[in-house]
Amino acid sequence: MEKSIIFSGFGGQGALFAGQLLTYAALDAGKHVTWIPSYGPEMRGGTAHCTVVVGDEPIGSPLVRNPDMVVAMNLPSADKYEPIVKENGLLVVNGSLVKRPIHRYDIDAIVIPANDIAQDYGNIRLANVVMLGALLAATELLPLEVVEQALEDHLPERHKRLLPANKAALHEGAQFARTMLPTEDGFRARAEKK
Amino acid sequence: MAKELWKGNEALAEAALRAGAEAYFGYPITPQTELLEHMSRRMPKLGLTFLQAESELASINMVYGAATVGARAMTSSSSPGISLMQEGLSYIAASEVPAVVVDIMRGGPGLGNIQPSQGDYFQMVKTAGHGDYHAIVLAPSTIQEAIDLIYDSFELAFKYRTIVTILADGSLGQMMEPVEMPEFKEWPEERPGWALTGAKGREPHTISSLYLGAENLEKLNLRLQKKLAEIKANEVRYETLMTDDAEFLIVAFGTVGRIAQSAVRQARENGVKVGLFRPITLWPFAEEELMAMTRRVRGVLVAEMNAGQMFEDVKAIAQGRIPVQFTGRMGGTIPLPDDILPALDTLIDSVRSRNGNKPEPTRAREVSA
Repeated sequence: MEKSIIFSGFGGQGALFAGQLLTYAALDAGKHVTWIPSYGPEMRGGTAHCTVVVGDEPIGSPLVRNPDMVVAMNLPSADKYEPIVKENGLLVVNGSLVKRPIHRYDIDAIVIPANDIAQDYGNIRLANVVMLGALLAATELLPLEVVEQALEDHLPERHKRLLPANKAALHEGAQFARTMLPTEDGFRARAEKK
Repeated sequence: MAKELWKGNEALAEAALRAGAEAYFGYPITPQTELLEHMSRRMPKLGLTFLQAESELASINMVYGAATVGARAMTSSSSPGISLMQEGLSYIAASEVPAVVVDIMRGGPGLGNIQPSQGDYFQMVKTAGHGDYHAIVLAPSTIQEAIDLIYDSFELAFKYRTIVTILADGSLGQMMEPVEMPEFKEWPEERPGWALTGAKGREPHTISSLYLGAENLEKLNLRLQKKLAEIKANEVRYETLMTDDAEFLIVAFGTVGRIAQSAVRQARENGVKVGLFRPITLWPFAEEELMAMTRRVRGVLVAEMNAGQMFEDVKAIAQGRIPVQFTGRMGGTIPLPDDILPALDTLIDSVRSRNGNKPEPTRAREVSA
């Protein structure tokens, strides 16, 4: 098994941290994993992304042209990455900021109002963890508990007071994805209807 | 020891400390600045010397100065900064003092950009400064390998009184991977016999790169060449993947070396018998080992993040016996398996059409040759 995931969003939305969290969890689960950020002369408010590759074998290329999964936290990210998700791959979109329908029918899509859910837990900055929860529920990447543990172990010290809220947000994201979880129509039909 | 997640630049810095680095002199430049930052956080606490110099010229000459007293000194930079260090590197080489230099390459020429590149191959592998010498050039393809190589670097530098370069690119500097960090190395208190340690009670040592008079300078050059031959005989490192039954060979180093692993696996799934040859020491280059392999395969593809710099070395080694082709990306673009695989197909096609109606000419001819 080797899966590639791109996390993308506005700078400050926590796309890079969501990717790191998955990377820590993969490490704790004994997987091979790489995390590589977009780096460059980035602009405040510009889009930042990272690529995570998780596998059972040592990772060759840490970058991919067509990722298996994309977590798009804002509209520019959805516009940029929807076209390149691998066929039958998965697109998780922040429905709070992406108001357009999903165009592709050959991929699964979860449209999750991540900002709104995060807001319910008192902090819009939890949106990244909400979306990670949704991603994990919809795939067999890693068990939710491993990521929960990674949160406990690797949430920066200054954010430790937010741990309960982070965990709750992770579960809420997962729960939302499960309510969309497929019957034989899969997520695809869901995306089509939206 | 449990695996930890480290960023490439910081891992290189920490591993250098554990390898015994005592003095670091540097100047910030993306995409290697985290290396300098890690040193600035760690070295004062460890009672070691960290100094942010006013320029790359200053940093390399500070390394030179520290090295003359037998200190384990190092610097790090990225391509344009390394260009500025060329004079100092040449002085260090001529003075035969040990030094470790990390080059986290970025897109060029010129100021270029801060994206990853392998455009410093010529600059670092061919000499790193004017004159007849080579640094030992180590090219890691994973963060663990970067740690392992820099962990050996001071020993190599002191053993041969030479410059050891870690040649990596921005993506390796910026990415994170699970790694195991080694323990701190023990070094003897005593400085090497050649070091400038104060001449009380003995004849003074002289360390200089100025040799007036042709005879003297030729003597130095002959000594350097002898040393290079010794390094060549002892220090070649490389890795191969699926080469046993390979009909085709990809040659790639560093980040492209690991990306090519993915390409090889994908091509194998499609039934193409291809293997990977990944030089780890770019100087000394695994010439004999690669030459032996080029006698067994039908074509070679060189993949790099530049316009084809190592390509020239591979062509020289293959000596025109088989087709050697190149694929690469420049300007900070990383070649992916999707770039390498079509180039491999082109190679296979050209080998087949070259062999035309002859049933199995390439192998037969080479075996009898």
